[in-house]
Amino acid sequence: MSATSRTDHVASAQGAPAGVPSLDVDPFSAEFFEDPHPIHQVLREAGPLVWLDKWGVYGVARYAEVHAVLNDPLTFCSSRGVGLSDFAKEKPWRPQSIILEADPPAHTRTRAVLAQVLSPTAMKGVREHFTAMAAAKVDELLARRSFDAVADLAEAYPLSVFPDAMGLKQEGRENLLPYASLVFNAFGPPNQLRQEAIERSAPHQAYVAAQCQRENLAPGGFGACIHARADAGDITADEAPLLVRSLLSAGLDTTVNGIGAAIYCLARFPDQLARLRGDPTLARNAFEEAIRYESPVQTFFRTTTREVELAGHRIGEGEKVLMFLGAANRDPRRWENPDSYDVTRRTSGHVGFGSGIHMCVGQLLARVEGEVMLAAIARKVAAIEITGPVKRRYNNTLRGLESLPITISPA
Amino acid sequence: MPSIIFIHPDGRRQQIEASVDESAMQAATRHDLSGILAECGGNAMCATCHVYVDEGWLARLPTMGGDEDALLDGAAAERQANSRLSCQIRLAADLDGLVLSLPDRQT
Ligand code: HEM
Ligand code: FES
Repeated sequence: MSATSRTDHVASAQGAPAGVPSLDVDPFSAEFFEDPHPIHQVLREAGPLVWLDKWGVYGVARYAEVHAVLNDPLTFCSSRGVGLSDFAKEKPWRPQSIILEADPPAHTRTRAVLAQVLSPTAMKGVREHFTAMAAAKVDELLARRSFDAVADLAEAYPLSVFPDAMGLKQEGRENLLPYASLVFNAFGPPNQLRQEAIERSAPHQAYVAAQCQRENLAPGGFGACIHARADAGDITADEAPLLVRSLLSAGLDTTVNGIGAAIYCLARFPDQLARLRGDPTLARNAFEEAIRYESPVQTFFRTTTREVELAGHRIGEGEKVLMFLGAANRDPRRWENPDSYDVTRRTSGHVGFGSGIHMCVGQLLARVEGEVMLAAIARKVAAIEITGPVKRRYNNTLRGLESLPITISPA
Repeated sequence: MPSIIFIHPDGRRQQIEASVDESAMQAATRHDLSGILAECGGNAMCATCHVYVDEGWLARLPTMGGDEDALLDGAAAERQANSRLSCQIRLAADLDGLVLSLPDRQT
């Protein structure tokens, strides 16, 4: 992207539209990454629609408006990018996604393919193995007692199951997390995080591009299943690698941060760990509630395709709207005691996986991973203690930790 | 105001008041009914709002979409001829008294 196109965008925005509260808040700053919740509250209380002066975009942080924008994909489109960059004005940093960054009817066709590859039936095929791997991981960690819950658990477990389930080769897997981190940083504005990630991206991009090809994907894996759909004529042979890329982009770092969020919750709230231990069938909901509570995917943008009225304000065509999923998931208008982590909460309706036609197509896989890991912990671990400094990892879209030193004791 | 009768796996009948234009799933979760999880929030993506529709009512429901049909194949409890996803049953005045049985599990 060029510096001039960005200047044009900001210049054309010309400050806050009349009546819309303008805020000097940067959701892509260290302050936000460290603790977004006070800022979420400011955004929610300022009004149903706000203007973020720093980037010249609209924002929605209340549940009702986030949900409404997510569920009107023809007005609030994805094909102009779900990051700050407007693909109608700037060339995407990589070839555009044919699912995440697509609108109906194109989206409908590619979505159907991934929905089938990651269907409830497909989950029955991986569940047993994922369960055994989670139990083995917890046993291994119990033998060590003290470890970093980010590297040794939240990353190690998904890395022990997801690449194999995709059918990836052993070599080069160390590129997967850096590639995902790049993808999620790239949704942000042209700040240092985004620029540096893109500058260093060449080897990771080359790795991913190669692994998306049919000959590099083992039979029976999700990758091969996608290519098989090209044989069936549901997608073209050129589209299959791009859909494999979507799973490699969105299928690993998200569950790392989801499982990391759950462990961090259980470590901070021992009463909730106790409830989970008392009834391990709560594991699935304990994971879901961690997704609501921490919202590992914090934000996504949409672009207006026409002039539209939202919460009583007129928004012009071609405007970017930033949806604060994490703020919606703690909106007191929608949730009772939103700031408490409650493993028995009725979580249905949270937007941590999005909502509407783009709602996470990998949600079932994420839930299997989260559930079986928390069930293993519920059965085997008596206590989790944080034993060192907790460090945040900064990413323009993903919320999670860099380091979480813990000690666990056996049940 | 249509009301729905849910029959739990243990035979217990529970009647809830619903509103026109919400789905049977929304009515159930609003009343905190156990047995409906609705993990995807009604987007026809999770199959955790599975119900068995009382035979007399089956033909009066909106027809099943392709997404729903495919998802039901992977539902946790056995799919039967009267299986539906409750998030895809939009309520209307003429569905007053609808009887839905809950499966023994949703995951
Ligand atoms: C806890 C883990 C996860 C979280 C929090 C999460 C979150 C999200 C969110 C918020 C969206 C909506 C994007 C939008 O509306 O623009 C989304 C879409 C998507 N997710 Fe996930 N995700 C997770 C796991 C996964 C996994 C495991 C996979 C793949 C195996 C995956 C693949 C995708 C894809 C391909 C899309 C685009 C769907 C579409 O545009 O139709 N995600 N995810
Ligand atoms: S609520 Fe998920 S399919 Fe009905």
